[in-house]
Amino acid sequence: MPLWLFIFLGALAVISALGVILQRNPVHCLMALVMVLLDIALLYIALGAVTVGFLQAIVYVGAIMILFLFVIWLLNLRAEVRSEGHLALKFFGALGASALTAELWVFVSESRRTGGLTERSPQFGSIASLAASIFSQYLVAFEVTSILLLVAVVGAIALARRPGPVTAGRSESLPADAATRQAGGVRQAGGVRQAGGVRQAGGVR
Amino acid sequence: MTAPISYVLILAAAIFAIGVAGVLMRRNAIVMLMSIELMLNAVNLTFVGLSRRLGSVDGQVIVFFVMTVAAAEAAVGLAIIISAFRNRESVNVDEFNLMRW
Amino acid sequence: MYLLLLIGGIKAIIVLLMMLNLSAILLWFERKGSALIQDRIGANRANLLGIGKRLGIPNLGIVNTLIADSLKMFTKEDFVPDGADRFLHGLAPFLALFPVLVTFAVVPIGDQITLFGHVIQLQAADLDDAALYILAALGVGVYGIALGGWASNNRWALLGGIRATAQMISYEIAMSLAIIAMVATYGSLNLQEIVRAQGGVWFGFLPRWGVLVQPVAFLVLLTAGMAESKRVPFDLPEGESELVAGYFTEYSGGKQAVFMLTDFAEVTLVAVLITTLFFGGWQVPWLYPDGFHLPGGAHLEMARWLVVIIGVVAFMIKAVIFCCFQILIRWTLPRFRYDQLMRLGWKVLVPAGLANLVVTAVVIVVGGH
Repeated sequence: MPLWLFIFLGALAVISALGVILQRNPVHCLMALVMVLLDIALLYIALGAVTVGFLQAIVYVGAIMILFLFVIWLLNLRAEVRSEGHLALKFFGALGASALTAELWVFVSESRRTGGLTERSPQFGSIASLAASIFSQYLVAFEVTSILLLVAVVGAIALARRPGPVTAGRSESLPADAATRQAGGVRQAGGVRQAGGVRQAGGVR
Repeated sequence: MTAPISYVLILAAAIFAIGVAGVLMRRNAIVMLMSIELMLNAVNLTFVGLSRRLGSVDGQVIVFFVMTVAAAEAAVGLAIIISAFRNRESVNVDEFNLMRW
Repeated sequence: MYLLLLIGGIKAIIVLLMMLNLSAILLWFERKGSALIQDRIGANRANLLGIGKRLGIPNLGIVNTLIADSLKMFTKEDFVPDGADRFLHGLAPFLALFPVLVTFAVVPIGDQITLFGHVIQLQAADLDDAALYILAALGVGVYGIALGGWASNNRWALLGGIRATAQMISYEIAMSLAIIAMVATYGSLNLQEIVRAQGGVWFGFLPRWGVLVQPVAFLVLLTAGMAESKRVPFDLPEGESELVAGYFTEYSGGKQAVFMLTDFAEVTLVAVLITTLFFGGWQVPWLYPDGFHLPGGAHLEMARWLVVIIGVVAFMIKAVIFCCFQILIRWTLPRFRYDQLMRLGWKVLVPAGLANLVVTAVVIVVGGH
């Protein structure tokens, strides 16, 4: 991958990542995170992992981030006021992060064994080679992952459901339940949509 | 001139560190989850970079599974935040302090 | 290297202009076509200095729609509502338009031609994973609508935006299943290869089009595509009689024009996708690279470049037919209720797509083609 492309994508990723943690408005944080994810997808494609790059765009950007967006809407989160968290916490957080980066940098540049990027065949990151590996060597992991997704869907719905009578009959005694049974109701629609978002993340594999 | 693989790894380390800083600095639960996603993506980038360097597609298979697990974890985490929000009317993690001394 | 860049740039510009023009023509066709269907005349007032009237040509509303409407849209005042997020409000229309337009880059318009010794594929970008690229672009396309609804600081817009987002991500799955079924049938993600595999005939006269192999996937893609682009009967998020204008509400002038353009560009995109995957793309029945081989035994020799041009024209005609079909459906069917819409997406299309995929997989493994 040409150096200029990497510098451009890398700088964009770091700036957007800083935007994620520094923005006040959660929706702005989300859009910065979308930028980072798309950037990383481009990096994957530039590194030859084409399938994983597109999957990143489909699954992460197209499903998980929309799930985040729905939750931000559902909870009606506004931009935060200035004083959030202790100043000492922020200072030590930034210090710790820089220390971590410096340490990893030193570690990576000292190890001479990494070297440059050699040429790979176009089949390297193609969906055929990935599928050949997944369905032969990692088949058990694949099936277990599908069960994991099912568990996650059921768990998310069970956790986020409105506390109310579990019976399927109509309950007139609880006006909240009766209200949510109508076809309007942003929260109800939001809750179901969130489950829809989870199914989406599970459906496109 | 191509970029050496160590640059990719350093970029991944930087994004990981930014994610760590986000988890430590921010008190909004959803932004903390987003920082965790940043960390997961940095790890994925490391895997893909090394997969390219070593010529083995195993790294990309691992990334595939990490993405799936991240999706599941994000969904469950957000469900937890929603149900906690119903009790406290806030997503500031400092306010969930019932079990503190 | 620079020659390749130049060829790519020219192809990209040509494809972009072609699709934008098709969208603009669709705007005219929508107004006049809807008028015909609803037994009224439609737009016929605007004219340029009375030229048409003097020559005796009936006013078909072309000036009205293509020139007057565009001028009106772009010269209207562009406001951002009070308390709205200025940046996201301005970004949203373009964020909605961008993924739709870039998807046109991978659609094959014609067979390959050989100019100056270079083999040029008649598609703007020859990607080996074009089908995945289309799915990725569809996924990113949700953000423009979502942010447009949220950034307007208006509860009807937000409601429209939420509904639109939920609808889009639900029908995205159905579309993905249909596209994946076609990919599995033809064994390649490359759209040009899929189109090439649809040449030839069965039994001597039936063209090998995808719709004959996968009719279920065709219906699923058609329905899901129309739902994805939020056309009637799926246009509840835009709910013209219910939600003011849904997520459009706080947009005026140029930004609304961009949203409208997104609508027609998506109609074109769905038509083009169906043409490519199910109706042979640029393949004309009985037309081979060296001429017509008609099913009576007649053989008509043709020059290579003529065959390619006929292919391109055939592609455009097929795309236009499907665009007209979608416009016809828009003015014929009443709107779905939101729960009906969701039920159709999740309980009908997704199981149908999955069952189709399973059957396809079984046939491929057993049959081996």
